[in-house]
Amino acid sequence: MPNLEATWKEASPGGVVYEAGNSVGYITGGWRSFRPIRDMKQCTHCMICWVYCPDSAVVVKDGKVVGFDYDHCKGCGICAQECPVKVKEPHEYTGQMGKVIQMVPETEFEGW
Amino acid sequence: MAKSIVKALDGAQSVANAMRQINPDVVAAYPITPQTAVVQNFSQYVADGVVDTEFVTVESEHAAMSACIGASAAGGRVMTATASAGLALMWEVVYVAASMRLPIVMSVVNRALSAPLNIHCDHSDSMGARDAGWIQIYGETAQEVYDNTLQAVRIAEHPDLLVPVMSMQDGFITGHGVERVELLDDAEAKKFIGTYKPKHSLLDVDNPATYGAWDFYDFYFEHKRQQTDALSKAMPVIVQVGEEYGKLTGRKYGIFDPYEMDDAEIAIVVLSSTAGTARTVVKALRQKGIKIGLIKPRVFRPFPAREFVEALEGVKAVAVLDRSISFGAMEGAGPLFLELCAALYAYGNGRGPLVVDYIFGLGGRDVIPAYIEQAAQDILHIAETGERGDLVRYLGLRE
Amino acid sequence: MAIKLKELAGKREERLVPGHRLCAGCAESVIIRQIVNAIEEPIVIATATGCTEVATSVFPWTSWRVPWIHSAFENAATTAAGAEAMYRSLVRQGKIEDKNIKFLAIGGDGATYDIGLQWISGTFERGHKVIYICLNNEAYMNTGIQRSSATPLGAHTTTSPAGTVIPGKQQWRKPLTRIMAAHDIPYVAQASPHRWRDLMGKAQKAVAADGPAFINVISPCPRGWRHDSSMSIEVAKMAVETCYWPLYEVRNGTEWTLNYKPKKKRPVTDWLKMQGRFRHLFTPQFEYVLDELQAKVDEEWERLLALCGE
Repeated sequence: MPNLEATWKEASPGGVVYEAGNSVGYITGGWRSFRPIRDMKQCTHCMICWVYCPDSAVVVKDGKVVGFDYDHCKGCGICAQECPVKVKEPHEYTGQMGKVIQMVPETEFEGW
Repeated sequence: MAKSIVKALDGAQSVANAMRQINPDVVAAYPITPQTAVVQNFSQYVADGVVDTEFVTVESEHAAMSACIGASAAGGRVMTATASAGLALMWEVVYVAASMRLPIVMSVVNRALSAPLNIHCDHSDSMGARDAGWIQIYGETAQEVYDNTLQAVRIAEHPDLLVPVMSMQDGFITGHGVERVELLDDAEAKKFIGTYKPKHSLLDVDNPATYGAWDFYDFYFEHKRQQTDALSKAMPVIVQVGEEYGKLTGRKYGIFDPYEMDDAEIAIVVLSSTAGTARTVVKALRQKGIKIGLIKPRVFRPFPAREFVEALEGVKAVAVLDRSISFGAMEGAGPLFLELCAALYAYGNGRGPLVVDYIFGLGGRDVIPAYIEQAAQDILHIAETGERGDLVRYLGLRE
Repeated sequence: MAIKLKELAGKREERLVPGHRLCAGCAESVIIRQIVNAIEEPIVIATATGCTEVATSVFPWTSWRVPWIHSAFENAATTAAGAEAMYRSLVRQGKIEDKNIKFLAIGGDGATYDIGLQWISGTFERGHKVIYICLNNEAYMNTGIQRSSATPLGAHTTTSPAGTVIPGKQQWRKPLTRIMAAHDIPYVAQASPHRWRDLMGKAQKAVAADGPAFINVISPCPRGWRHDSSMSIEVAKMAVETCYWPLYEVRNGTEWTLNYKPKKKRPVTDWLKMQGRFRHLFTPQFEYVLDELQAKVDEEWERLLALCGE
């Protein structure tokens, strides 16, 4: 985590940031009004959501989608829009038919 | 003392030779009178395989400095050269180079800024960039310019600094004037320059860094303060490098070049080649028994304020000769005058000489010894009567 | 080289990590992610001032896990060229190891079509091995939606607003991809983030071209184009389906290849009506602009078909 109160003696000169990718420490999840929820049982791991997510918020491990990075997902809804897979059974969270990924209001979740 | 070889060179060739010996990794430059010869001469070295430099013939001066920034961040030695409108065009990125703390060395062959278009010498170009955060050093002769260029690399790359350096010479007067120049032996020059070992580089793909990040209002101020800090450390480095160079060549360099200042009661302060003319005037007046001296500042940025005040101790009147106008400054004064007055105010303890400003030589207007003698007579009169008269005067202007 | 998402996803750490400040649904990071994930080799990126630059490098944070530099607005290409020149110099002199680094320059349409055109042209003319990616959201979005020469005819921007007398931008748009192709550089292409395999393939081809390369990518902007944040990919798709934004490649200025021909060419209004920035054109007073737009799209499409030998 970078020091946001660094004095001029402490701050890195010339505006160089040496900690690569440290913005993961900056939480953008609070921007959301809706969050994507995936039906993990019916997800085919096609990776389309991964390739279209603007925030690298689709977490993939060993060729399988394991979840969303809710610390950073901004709730744009692209993944839900582009998900090519329709559920065969009602969505395990929303109970609706439609896509494997569905957008759900953030108000339904803790910390709102 | 190191071996040297004597050649007849003009200012541009002197810089080109220094660049040859420095052998920078990248040079990105664009032609503009009167700098063009610097880059032309250097191009021949590139074409003949005398240097290892990757020479980027950019399409504008802004592109020249932009390429220098990218190249310097990529962790090697970078040099360029420009003048006048070229320096003005790259103004945006000249600031960026300094604030990104990149040790670029730039030869500036002083030429007037437009309009009207003028290709001849004055200091409006480098003076216009005096707030950009670069170290600024002026060379009076082709010899000095050669020596300054070599030293500039050592100064810029000093780990306490990492501040780019502008090395000036007067366009046409020095740039195109052939003189006797002593060049260091190539191996000695190379040893003096040393190797550049940046702490980090853009090309370090294993430890990727972000260069030129965006500051909100919560960090910009601190980054600027750091630049002041770096510049505050520059003077001792400049002096130390100058002393080391002096031991190597017998030509010592510091902050000023004082002449006949020991018991001077009046003094002339002037940058660059005109100091040569002024020196002959001072010598002649000394023979007449007038206690006059000359200070030629070598370093303009950082401004040697305390050093000036000390050097002018006991002097009663000073004529500052400015080869540029800071338009809108009090009575149209020039930057050297303004900064000197500020220095005297800040450190002079209420004492100090009466100072007047002589604007001269704009757009390459010739300055002859008679003009400087006039200025000397003026300040002699001021010293005697204590009446300063006009703050800003002109030499060689048709009034 | 076949691009398999399952092989790419999660294979190595993301080069552009989350925590950047781009708007929700911004296509710029979708495009960048596709490109940087498709490229195998180590990369150094220079970015022009703009949405991506400010959002990914808020000091002391950075979203980049590759070496990255920003110096000014117009000079991303030249900054990259300087770094590339230094790289070649240092490798040639044996001062550093040759790690097969590839150099990218990224700029928005403002930086690319307008203020930075000279810098890109010079970089290409000198043959620097720099791959320039234009993230084309068709306006100066970072400063609040002002028209650029990439903005299409009739679009509302704050400096070409839809008023009671003038219906948005008065000029068509600069044919920049053609201008870049006219530099006769090894590889020039137009792409869209919705066809990820095409875009990723183009990134790889640009690298393989081993010379100056240019990819112009349409980048829908929910904020500036006035559409829902979830629709960015769909809007990009419709731009291509209407032939407003054709997908093609040009090699060495002479070999033109069309990459996608819609089975059924849709009217440009299908794309326009998805976006609020064209809303004023769907009125009796200004609907003539719709015809002008269609005529322009058709003219360029026909010309492209001819060049591609279709």
